[in-house]
Amino acid sequence: MRLLNKKRIGKNDIVFIGGLLAIAVFLFVLMQFVRGGSGAYVEVTVDGEVYGTYALAENQTVEIKKDGKVTNVLSIRDGKADMTDADCPDLLCVHQRAISKEDETIVCLPNKVVVKIIKAKEKNNIDSIAG
Amino acid sequence: MKTKKVAYLGVFLALALILSYVESLIPFYFGIPGVKLGLTNLVVVVMLYCTGTKEAFGISMMRIVLAGFLFGNMFSILYSLAGGILSFLIMYLLKKIGKLNVVSVSVAGGISHNIGQLVVAAVVVETYNIFYYMPVLMIAGVLTGFLIGILGQEFIRRFQILNKTQK
Repeated sequence: MRLLNKKRIGKNDIVFIGGLLAIAVFLFVLMQFVRGGSGAYVEVTVDGEVYGTYALAENQTVEIKKDGKVTNVLSIRDGKADMTDADCPDLLCVHQRAISKEDETIVCLPNKVVVKIIKAKEKNNIDSIAG
Repeated sequence: MKTKKVAYLGVFLALALILSYVESLIPFYFGIPGVKLGLTNLVVVVMLYCTGTKEAFGISMMRIVLAGFLFGNMFSILYSLAGGILSFLIMYLLKKIGKLNVVSVSVAGGISHNIGQLVVAAVVVETYNIFYYMPVLMIAGVLTGFLIGILGQEFIRRFQILNKTQK
């Protein structure tokens, strides 16, 4: 078996890793420009369907129910939305920080719940047609 | 020779499972689903260099399924599989090209693991802006991949020296 050469990190590695970091930082900066200011509403979707839209300005607690069971609890306080409880075992969504800026999301994968900040309340055309 | 190989693979699988367990114990949240420390990638990287591609891939897949049943659920198996297969493919190709050292291979593996998981997550929840998380995923992947790569490199050197002296 060929032994690895003595050098642990070569010039190629520095270029490769540096390049990846540069791309990441570039994308990050780009995102800051593209991303709008703070949003006004929180949109909750379950299974890809809109569950409800709530104003950020209003302090409230939203219980997200699925098949009559409360799966996630969303708290809106001081203009920020935060997942405060979930029935899944890993609680990753609860550990995520509160969100307030447009397009920021909190995702609960096991329950397929997505909480997203949006700028304005949109009329859901698909629902009105289907409903 | 064959017995030796079986023993080696068993030890590697055990090691990968233990690292999975250790990782499940560490409350290491980046605040994003899909981003993990990637300790088990250490085993995959080492195997890729020391035992060969087929063996590395087999152990990686077995590790994901077993760890999923032990410490996770069906969802975590699905996400891990996506990340595991994508990162393995990327690492294998980079290693085959042969211009880069272990550290770079590991970094690429770390990033692609995160991206693979996020893509599946996006498909599952249907509405999910992946690109919003891309920079963070890349930076996290570089950091964890770098650490794993450094560790892996030292491991591989010793493993190869050990193998050489045994013959």
